[in-house]
Amino acid sequence: MEHEQEYLTFKLNGEEYGVDILSVQEIRVWSSVTELPNKPNYLKGVINLRGVIIPIIDLRLRFGKEPLPYNEQTVTIILRDHNSDKNMVVGIVVDAVSEVYKFALQSIRQAPEFGSQIDSCFLKGLATVEGKLIILLDNNALLNQDELYSFEQQVLEVACE
Amino acid sequence: MTIDLSQFVPTFLEESFEGLALMEASLLDLENGDSETINSIFRAAHSIKGGAGTFGFSDVSEFTHLVETLLDEMRDGRRDIKPIDIELLLESVDCIRLMIEAIKDDVSFEKTKIEQIARLLTETLAVGVTTAKSGTVDPKDNNDNLVVDEPINLQESSDEKVKWLIKFIPEHHLIQTGNDPLLLFNALADLGEVGVVGFSTDLPSLSDIDAEEVYLSWELSLVTTASQAEIIEVFEWVEDECLLTLTRVASAEAAIKNVAAQPYVETQASIVSAEPAETARTAVVTNEADIKLEQTSVASAIENVSVVSAKTSEPSSPTKAKADAGSIRVGVDKVDSLINLVGELVITQSMLSELGNDFDLSKIEKLSSGLEQLLQNTKELQESVMRIRMLPISFAFNRFPRLVHDLSNKTGKAIELITQGEQTELDKTVMEQIGDPLTHLVRNAIDHGIEPAEVRLANNKPEKGTVALNAYHQGGSIVIEINDDGGGINRQAVFNKAVEKGIVDVNSTLTDSQVFDLIFEPGFSTAEKVSDISGRGVGMDVVKKNIQALGGRIQVESKQGIGTTVKINLPLTLAILDGQLVKVGSETYIIPLITIVESLQVRTDFINRVSGDMVLYRLREDNVPVIPIYKLFNIEAVITEVENALLVVVEADGQKIGLLVDDLLAQQQVVIKSLNDNYQQVEGISGATILGDGSVAMILDVPGMITMALRSAQQYQPHNHQAQPQFEGVQP
Repeated sequence: MEHEQEYLTFKLNGEEYGVDILSVQEIRVWSSVTELPNKPNYLKGVINLRGVIIPIIDLRLRFGKEPLPYNEQTVTIILRDHNSDKNMVVGIVVDAVSEVYKFALQSIRQAPEFGSQIDSCFLKGLATVEGKLIILLDNNALLNQDELYSFEQQVLEVACE
Repeated sequence: MTIDLSQFVPTFLEESFEGLALMEASLLDLENGDSETINSIFRAAHSIKGGAGTFGFSDVSEFTHLVETLLDEMRDGRRDIKPIDIELLLESVDCIRLMIEAIKDDVSFEKTKIEQIARLLTETLAVGVTTAKSGTVDPKDNNDNLVVDEPINLQESSDEKVKWLIKFIPEHHLIQTGNDPLLLFNALADLGEVGVVGFSTDLPSLSDIDAEEVYLSWELSLVTTASQAEIIEVFEWVEDECLLTLTRVASAEAAIKNVAAQPYVETQASIVSAEPAETARTAVVTNEADIKLEQTSVASAIENVSVVSAKTSEPSSPTKAKADAGSIRVGVDKVDSLINLVGELVITQSMLSELGNDFDLSKIEKLSSGLEQLLQNTKELQESVMRIRMLPISFAFNRFPRLVHDLSNKTGKAIELITQGEQTELDKTVMEQIGDPLTHLVRNAIDHGIEPAEVRLANNKPEKGTVALNAYHQGGSIVIEINDDGGGINRQAVFNKAVEKGIVDVNSTLTDSQVFDLIFEPGFSTAEKVSDISGRGVGMDVVKKNIQALGGRIQVESKQGIGTTVKINLPLTLAILDGQLVKVGSETYIIPLITIVESLQVRTDFINRVSGDMVLYRLREDNVPVIPIYKLFNIEAVITEVENALLVVVEADGQKIGLLVDDLLAQQQVVIKSLNDNYQQVEGISGATILGDGSVAMILDVPGMITMALRSAQQYQPHNHQAQPQFEGVQP
């Protein structure tokens, strides 16, 4: 049993991604956010989740994909970091949620180095199920403030120069 | 299983601080106090000593032991209470506080001062005993390491070292009664050299083990000069729960040999020196988690001893995390009122949900009255919860009797301190930050305010000066007044100094309060004002800054020859803020009410356009730069022309700016929430709050916005005045 991990998968730009289900706190439909001033474009804003203020990140924009207008399929996955003391919470906006799959740890393969628009630091590995390839994201990296907010900053700096 | 004593250390520290505060207050009161005063001081010292002994803070317990002995002599009337002794005891209280603070912060403390005071104490004790000729306490034994709660019967003990063999078979439930064999051994180790052998013969099989029971028994050898009674006293608390036999064996040499011959036995001293603190600590941790009870036997028991001693000897180890999360003691009445309110809330809720079960329009009145009740309940509940954070201001005032006492001695001025309104309640955070500014102001009042006795007498004033502290509520804020009946501020001298410094023009006419405000200017030395004792600690400008940081105001009133009053206005709490809601585009922002100078409709003829996009608005004699929030924050706004918008003039750090908003909404109290918890600090935003409709609104950080505005104003300099890049304003 220990050698298996459950993943919640979601659709993003035609691909299927997975996050460790243990770090998923809840799934919400998209609701309007309060914008923050001078924020990077992928940070949609913050919402009030039962008294806690949570930043919402559009994963498409974060991964450098084209934005998609939000529809009734669009959901926000609330991720919570249980490991660190800070208990950081963040919401990611994805196109749609898909399934929950169980993967044996040895069936998760190392992602090849590919010059994708995704910074490889978010990638944990790849897994196949029912003939589909699922990109597994590293929830530690996703919930790490430095990594989560760093990438776009660099892009902005380049754009400004 | 061992009980992790470290979890009680914060409580011990907290209680010690309370005890020290009590000792200090009572000591100052001792000259005119009764026997109960000295008793309460003694009790406080006694508890600190006992606690320190239990937790292995031997420095503290040894030192406190000296204090306690002195107090004991005073209590029994064997020694007269002299002012010089009181001074010494006050100094001792400082030393104990120093040591306990060092324990709390896990740093090492300055030993020299403590040793010096300890020597003074010992000397005083020696002198006292010989003059009183009581002879019951031998002064040279005062430095003894003994940490025993009862006065030690020293007559019984001889200098010869004797070996005792102690058989200790505890009943299984010993630990459940809060006793720990380890502590007993620890206490024995204070008496002399201890050797321990553990027997695990009664150990049941693993499946039958109850982790909360003791299955081990021990045989201890103790080489000591202590008497039988003292050894038995160590076991005082467990006497009924164990089988204890105490046999006297032989002289020390034989005993030591005997100890060395025992297998598994090591003397405590060797382990203490051999085990580095870190490994010992890890050993304890693993040991606690370990189910193999055999390993919980003597070896690890002694390791535990070494942990305790390692802690005291090397308190500077920086790796240990601070355990102090801060705690509040809440009165039972406050908790009771909370419970009552929650009870009412539940009743209202059930009433409302019943109403909702089959609702029709005829019940609308009932519904609205129910909602009204809910509103009332919620408000009361909010107030009660806020009150939990409130502490009486006596916590901040308590330090002043001592301060005044010391300063009065130092300056040679007789001063009486009057405190009023000590029960006025203030938020804990505000309380912690108001202490230093208040201290400075009181010190100022004594240094500069109160005149020397001869001047006072010449001016027909009572010889004794008075400093009064008064706290009271006024509206939504708390007012603290520091009042002295001294010479007052020399208006002309302050004015001249300000002219000399170039702060004001020589021809300007200023009101009294404007002149007195000048003393809060940075670099405005108070030395001009009166004495040579100034120049200590923070200056008045820092006082003002601190108070402003708390969202407060400070003002000075003074009449020459009659006295000075400094008035501090503070918000009741930092968790709630009075805010003005404003609308910009689709967003709602909150401007702290305290920063708002005025809000006004823009009059076209007052607008001045300077270079680039910079707009100045003439507000009476001032020209206020106009900052459109939408531009600063890079968001969409409905109204972008200055002419149609509303202007909110805000002030921070003496700088005024006009914020351009689309609309003014309500004023309301908001609860401040941090953005840092899940995101990071955002420039120009001090926090967020949740509005009535559940949406999030940002609270503007006015000083931050001014900084941002100044920076972007520089960007608009002519040479830089091309099209701004797309990400304008994003970059810091």
